[in-house]
Amino acid sequence: MIEPELSRSVARWCKGATGVTGAAKLSGGASQETWRFDIVHPDGPIGAILRRSPKGYGAAPTRAAGLAAEAQLMKLAYEAGVPSPRVMHVLVPDDDLGTGFIMQRVEGETIARKILRDDEFAAARPRLARQIGGVLANLHRLPGDKLPKLRSRSATQEIGEFERDYRSLDWPKPVFELALRWLRDQDPGPAGETTLVHGDFRNGNLIIGADGVRAVLDWELAHLGDPMEDLGWVCVNSWRFGEIDKPVGGFGSREELFAGYEAAGRKVDPSRVKFWEVMGTLRWGIMCGGMMQRFRESPDHSMERAMIGRRASETEIDLLRLLAPRGS
Amino acid sequence: MQDEPTPIELTKSVADFLRNDITPLISGHQAFKLRVAINILDLVTRQLTREEGSDAAEVARLRGLLGMDGSVTDLNRALAERIAKGEVDLATPGLAEHLWQTTMDKLAVDQPSYASYKRELGRDG
Repeated sequence: MIEPELSRSVARWCKGATGVTGAAKLSGGASQETWRFDIVHPDGPIGAILRRSPKGYGAAPTRAAGLAAEAQLMKLAYEAGVPSPRVMHVLVPDDDLGTGFIMQRVEGETIARKILRDDEFAAARPRLARQIGGVLANLHRLPGDKLPKLRSRSATQEIGEFERDYRSLDWPKPVFELALRWLRDQDPGPAGETTLVHGDFRNGNLIIGADGVRAVLDWELAHLGDPMEDLGWVCVNSWRFGEIDKPVGGFGSREELFAGYEAAGRKVDPSRVKFWEVMGTLRWGIMCGGMMQRFRESPDHSMERAMIGRRASETEIDLLRLLAPRGS
Repeated sequence: MQDEPTPIELTKSVADFLRNDITPLISGHQAFKLRVAINILDLVTRQLTREEGSDAAEVARLRGLLGMDGSVTDLNRALAERIAKGEVDLATPGLAEHLWQTTMDKLAVDQPSYASYKRELGRDG
């Protein structure tokens, strides 16, 4: 159990805390886990979340920024007024909990289909596309000199990396080849301005309440690059969850997203956004292929992974809709 | 020649059993996994039903496009290479139509409820 370690940890840094209750694992792969728990406190319980790599799993996958960087980014975001959970504690060796951090729990919904269908969010939905534009503008404005060390990726490097990933699958897909060609032909070159890029900003990684966006989660793919990447990724059809005529996460239009971004004082380059939407669609398709490969090669033969492998064709039809649309 | 019932009929009978008789008995994470399992069997049934016809049509189109013969896998590999080299692109007569038809045939098996597919199917109808 994890509660004894958590209790000893909170007693050290949360004044008045007497222990923890209700620890439950929310998700976890081999190298990274998310837990929820409540800090017992005389003023009432404090909802908390632990993100950690268990002991012995220090190394982050190559694309990931690492949990220490994630904690630092969330702190910066919180201070800058980007909706974000408050980071309460970064784990130290004495905690005996591995590496990672503890943050305050933000109430709300992350499950995309519920956000898109449930009455509770009906009033928020029409405002979300614009609001997301504002949130992204503020995120892209986080001060460069305070950022943790992050990998830096240009469009050209990303295309090269995706091509390598795709070729390593030995999975001939004419539609993916077409997309790779298109990306090389349309490569907009270095961005006029390099900023922090969240890297996985989409419906599903946002905590939404009746009042709108409450928190931006999953900073693990944060990097330095073209800010338009985040605007393109949030529009990828896979994150519209069936609401295909509302490009921004199934909530609203690109125009609303762009208006929110520009109202917060930053410029949009729509052709770059489209480029990154194509790139993002291909990226998810190649990730589906990776799932197929892991299903085949790993011992557990997860049915879920197998079925995600069969979702690559969803990205093929979406790529064709973007690159070779049929009559209107 | 193998005896009957056919693989399509057998797979469908297992899926229907799980769907109708077992689903009401199971909850939580196991219910989620059961749903995935049923989805897999339904996909296999769709593939067994459609694959022979769609592969034959795909091979016929690929022969026309590439001017060569081979298995459906070989021909896809050859097309992928030609697109990668820039020898074939969307300006090539028949390529867009071929990719659309092939992709629609895949979605009919993989994910017939996917919204983009349903939209494009409406266009065909």
